[in-house]
Amino acid sequence: MTIRLAVVSAALSVAVAAGASSVAQAGVLDTVKQRGSVVCGVSGKVPGFSAPDAQGVWSGMDVDYCRAVAAAVFNDASKVTFRPVTTTERFTALQTGEIDVLARNTTWSFTRDANLGIEFVGANFYDGQGFMVSKQLGVKSAKELNGASICIQTGTTAEQNIADFFAANKLTFKQVVFESSDEAAKLYDTGRCDVYTTDTSGLAARRTTLSKPADHVILPEVISKEPLGPSVRAGDPQWANIAKWALFAQIDAEELGVTSANVDEMRQSKNPDIRRLLGSDEALGNERWGLDRDWAYRIVKLVGNYGEVFERNVGAKTPLALDRGINQLWTKGGLMYAPPVR
Amino acid sequence: MSTTFDETAVLAPPKPSRSPWRWARENLFFSAWGTLATLSLALLLAWALPPLVKWALLDAVWSGATRDACLTPEGTVGGGACWVFVKVRFGQLMYGFYPLEQRWRVDAAALTLALGLATVLPLRAATQRAAALAGVVIGGLGAGWLGGPALGAVVALFLAGPLLLARDLSALRRLPAVARVLLVVGLSVLAAGVGGVAFGTPKAFGWVTLVLAAGLFGWRFDSLRAAGLNLLGLVFPVLAQALLSGGAYGLPYVPTEQWGGLFLTLTIALTGMAASLPLGILLALGRRSALPVLRLTCIGFIEFIRGVPMITVLFLASVMLPLFLPEGVGVDKLLRALIGVALFSAAYMAEVVRGGLQALEPGQREAAESLGLGRVQTMGLVILPQALRVVIPGIVNTFIGLLKDTSLVAVIGLLDLIGIIKTATSDPNWLGFAAEGYTFVGLVFWVLCFSMARYSLRLERILRNGVA
Repeated sequence: MTIRLAVVSAALSVAVAAGASSVAQAGVLDTVKQRGSVVCGVSGKVPGFSAPDAQGVWSGMDVDYCRAVAAAVFNDASKVTFRPVTTTERFTALQTGEIDVLARNTTWSFTRDANLGIEFVGANFYDGQGFMVSKQLGVKSAKELNGASICIQTGTTAEQNIADFFAANKLTFKQVVFESSDEAAKLYDTGRCDVYTTDTSGLAARRTTLSKPADHVILPEVISKEPLGPSVRAGDPQWANIAKWALFAQIDAEELGVTSANVDEMRQSKNPDIRRLLGSDEALGNERWGLDRDWAYRIVKLVGNYGEVFERNVGAKTPLALDRGINQLWTKGGLMYAPPVR
Repeated sequence: MSTTFDETAVLAPPKPSRSPWRWARENLFFSAWGTLATLSLALLLAWALPPLVKWALLDAVWSGATRDACLTPEGTVGGGACWVFVKVRFGQLMYGFYPLEQRWRVDAAALTLALGLATVLPLRAATQRAAALAGVVIGGLGAGWLGGPALGAVVALFLAGPLLLARDLSALRRLPAVARVLLVVGLSVLAAGVGGVAFGTPKAFGWVTLVLAAGLFGWRFDSLRAAGLNLLGLVFPVLAQALLSGGAYGLPYVPTEQWGGLFLTLTIALTGMAASLPLGILLALGRRSALPVLRLTCIGFIEFIRGVPMITVLFLASVMLPLFLPEGVGVDKLLRALIGVALFSAAYMAEVVRGGLQALEPGQREAAESLGLGRVQTMGLVILPQALRVVIPGIVNTFIGLLKDTSLVAVIGLLDLIGIIKTATSDPNWLGFAAEGYTFVGLVFWVLCFSMARYSLRLERILRNGVA
């Protein structure tokens, strides 16, 4: 009797909990507006890109990108639902509409664009694989690393890149493979291997956790191209445009000197480029664009321009202390270049 | 006046000597091999323990609120353990991203479950009664705090009804059954009346039904345990769902992606346990059934699930399943994981239960049948109670395994205790304290698993002595 009751009640509670969430077949923008928040797939485990603090407030480059999209749509940068996704499930989550935007340190590559039914909208961080070595080795270039033992996290593109680089330079190496980057960095710190390799942003983050950070140096060679960028599901040009221009507007704003602090004055600026970006005059987008003329103003006002986002999350004043490097604006010798708002 | 015979004076065995030297000789140095083992273990401890104590206790940093408190004078990570990191993150480790001002809801659900379990699990009768009484009082007060005095009264009476009727407990047990039923129906009507005044007629109608239903349930209860089991099985899932998810009764909605930490770990583990035992029993019975289709289905299910790793089941639920569903139709990710975990552990439970069923003499069944018991009664009253008692260690073993397997949900992006510590160690302001985080999480798991193991031992002893 009691067992039967328990089974029935268990089934009932499952049915109650089921409340299957359904997404309308309308465009993503309409769905997002109806839901009242942008669902953003993030990693949650990459320092400086997406991680929650002790109060559960998310921060990072990817997180601020998601906030920019929310600011453009809602005039409220907090209307984002951050959903941690793993590397294996991230594309499925995007394909099935479980998330609206994927901003998860994902490398933009041909096969992903071509085969997965997703669309990359740009790169919000240009990364690349690098090397960290102890200063005591006296090594100045990765080409001097012949015969070195290298700590690598397994299951990443890093393994392949290393093999390619050493083969191309006719050098030999011993790889010491670890399951997690925590473990690999720890063992590098104890001297288990001569070299630690991962993306340069990761190297900088790891260096701060070593017992003597000043004794280690990051070599100048970057042996792979890792343009990290957000992506959306293919087949909804309106949403793809919003996702694309949320990023471009931040880069354009930095180029034009518009910051979150001066954006209100800049609206009255005489510079036609700034007036067009901030929607000071007529709206440039029609109803297919889907947002009103203040969209970029809201992004800069509520989230900031690209430079502000960079400095806030990974810049010199943060524990990661990354250089702008190739993430500098094109006008200052970097790669950050966005099409104009015209 | 009768003469008494002092048994203790005659029968008490000589007190064994309790000198430390004797104890050491009997337990540590009882043979050459024993001495060797003792010495090598002592050496191992002497080698491993001092650095651990130094790191975890002596050099550890306990006070402060920022990373700077834990850095060495040179400004680097190292030295002793930084428990400040765990302290700062403690709330998140326990509740995940559940909103701070709503966390009492998790506590309330946990307290309800604890009290409910205390009335159901074999414990001392006094403990059970105290738990039941506490349940009535706390339930009434809690509901009164949430929804006003009227709701409090209704809930308290609703909870008290079945308890008053439970024959093994009630102070009213000497009253005739009719009087007791009348008393409960009277209380129910009173409760409904109070409800009616407070909420207006249409809602009162609902309360009357609810309270009368409670009275009717109570009528059938032979024991406090039966009452508790029905409340746990029928009311708790609905209550927990309403309390934890919210979105009704004035409670703000908390989506499952904000659930996390120990709360999520326990949610998955307890749901898995609650679902796997009944499902496992059904599967085990199905596997021994004479009906070929039923038997083959159960065998197929059990062997398929046992043939794949848990991680595969979770990936199937999290990555493959959404691809099969029509685009735009999604099922909550946590629910998918819950179903995956429940089905997985049910298959293992089925085999444990089958072991118990096979351990019983066929004579038990024959005896029950010869007494004229039907198939369901034979199974429910004779076979299963004995079979389950035999396999308690196996069941608890499966439960402990299940609790630890829940950490696999971290690979599908759910932030359980393991997942949340991974995100915590990625906070740029707290880089470099992974060891402290994982040590703490390991300790939490150890406490949970060890408590379950100890309770299992106690359960065996209670059931063997036939004292519930």
